[in-house]
Amino acid sequence: MDTTRRRFIGDAARTAGGVALCGLGLGLYARRSTSLPAQALRPPGAITESEFLAACIRCGLCVRDCPYDTLQLAQFDDDIAIGTPWFNARNIPCEMCEDIPCVAACPTGALDPALTDIDAARMGTAVLVDQENCLNYLGLRCDVCYRVCPLIDEAITIEWQHNARSGKHSRLLPTVHADACTGCGKCEYACVLEEAAIKVLPQRVARGAGGRHYRIGWEEKAQAGDSLVPADPEHRYNLPEGLDYDYAGEGLIREGDTATPFAADPLETLNRESAP
Amino acid sequence: MTQIAQQPGTDAIAAKGWLLAHRWLLLRRASQLGILGVFLLGPWAGIWIVQGNLNASLTLDILPLTDPFVLLQSLAARHVPELTAISGALIVTAFYVLVGGRAYCAWVCPVNIVTDTAGWLRQRLGLTGGTRVTNRTRYWLCGTILLVSAVTGIITWELVNPVSMLHRGLIFGMSTGWAVILGIFVFDLFVSRRGWCGHLCPVGAFYSVLGRVAVLRVNAARRAQCNRCMDCIQVCPEPQVLKAPLFGADEGSGSIIQSPNCTNCGRCIDVCSRDVFQFGTRFSGNAETRLQFAKETQR
Ligand code: SF4
Ligand code: SF4
Ligand code: SF4
Ligand code: SF4
Repeated sequence: MDTTRRRFIGDAARTAGGVALCGLGLGLYARRSTSLPAQALRPPGAITESEFLAACIRCGLCVRDCPYDTLQLAQFDDDIAIGTPWFNARNIPCEMCEDIPCVAACPTGALDPALTDIDAARMGTAVLVDQENCLNYLGLRCDVCYRVCPLIDEAITIEWQHNARSGKHSRLLPTVHADACTGCGKCEYACVLEEAAIKVLPQRVARGAGGRHYRIGWEEKAQAGDSLVPADPEHRYNLPEGLDYDYAGEGLIREGDTATPFAADPLETLNRESAP
Repeated sequence: MTQIAQQPGTDAIAAKGWLLAHRWLLLRRASQLGILGVFLLGPWAGIWIVQGNLNASLTLDILPLTDPFVLLQSLAARHVPELTAISGALIVTAFYVLVGGRAYCAWVCPVNIVTDTAGWLRQRLGLTGGTRVTNRTRYWLCGTILLVSAVTGIITWELVNPVSMLHRGLIFGMSTGWAVILGIFVFDLFVSRRGWCGHLCPVGAFYSVLGRVAVLRVNAARRAQCNRCMDCIQVCPEPQVLKAPLFGADEGSGSIIQSPNCTNCGRCIDVCSRDVFQFGTRFSGNAETRLQFAKETQR
């Protein structure tokens, strides 16, 4: 009887231990699964990654309703939480459907139904990651990423810069504006290089963040209608008799003296000061 | 040389013919493959009757169905799902409360075909032995999963669940996920009899819990005719559920299989040459007593 009792306790302990171990392993694995590879983008409207893994039940209805086969469900060796929807912009980008069928199909709210304007989607942010190989940066005219952008001139603009190499041309630099970029990936898809120089990265990778206490002065001013700090008081100087402070800050001058202490030719000034 | 034991069901085949001795098995396979087939009709033939997979689906663009266990994990992870998913889960729950929780296992789950095959092969090859894993492990696992989901805020079982991995994999692409299914097959074949479905699978455990109040049940109504051939015990994936209803008449056990672990697979009905079992409801009284009652009132 003692042996059966001992065996029973042993079995119970074994079960409890085994299950606890499974639970621990599962928990650790779950934590790890929140780190998405940088090239994996979530569908439009996807809530933040950690919430997404609590919400998405891996049904694939979003995948089915995407008319462009953009989305796929992660498979066993994709290194993405298995069964969750994602896309690789370089393979098939999001075409930014106006009716957003993927979001409409989602039964759980993992894709937020509050997203009704596809321009407000933030699947990621495009970053021109390789300025060394981008043709426009080299001074050539490619512009393809700029041309294909559904939000051309808002999400990507072309900024002119002097081409110092040739000395007489401009470089037309594709420039992404994160406040308008949806992360659809059409630029990355279209980049003519063998490996895209412009890539859509998840926002957590692509974006920086200012200190939470930072305030941009001019924005605050625009909002308040006026400067938030009091205007500078007028400067007062205690100067020796007969001297005045030069307006441009170039030094003390005698009252009524109109000539500057500097010669018209800077070389002359240098020569004069180096003289003993 | 020991004589190879007679395969269970031989008597039944002799008594009723092969077809009747496999009736529920055939129906069950038709149901499992049929359900899978309807899901595959979309991606393979472009006929979209059902979209999605067993975790959640949309039938004929109108009927939402959601796996309640996945949704429960989502709730535990503190996500409040949209109404579509919730109503889908309620429909599924109501359905299995009617037909028996683990009817999911016997009639829907694609892994069941794998584990049934492993179980059948194990019996054929006369393999015995293996580990001692209590069949309550699955309940502990089921609870642990909900706990871990709550702690991590992530639907955890879906990260590794072989059931949805197989079903989704067949429909959406599987890659090396086959290895997991092969693992279950090998486990059931060599390591533990009915090891996966009978001892470990938390999905099955969850549906067992749903089945505690299930209406449709197997009834050993004519247990008095039982000749103790033990064929039902040999084929049953959860043989412990049969003991009391079949042999417990003297101890006052009812003839209805009340255990939520019964999968309503109906295999016991198939292999019984004495026609002991039948499907009934949990409220249908013992047929013997009713018969007796009828006789007494006639008198
Ligand atoms: S917006 Fe359109 S193209 Fe983009 S993922 Fe959704 S369904 Fe596909
Ligand atoms: S439709 Fe929603 S719940 Fe289903 S796979 Fe897509 S994101 Fe996940
Ligand atoms: S126990 Fe699990 S794997 Fe087995 S049939 Fe049921 S749900 Fe499927
Ligand atoms: S008791 Fe019968 S119906 Fe229930 S699981 Fe066993 S064989 Fe299947």
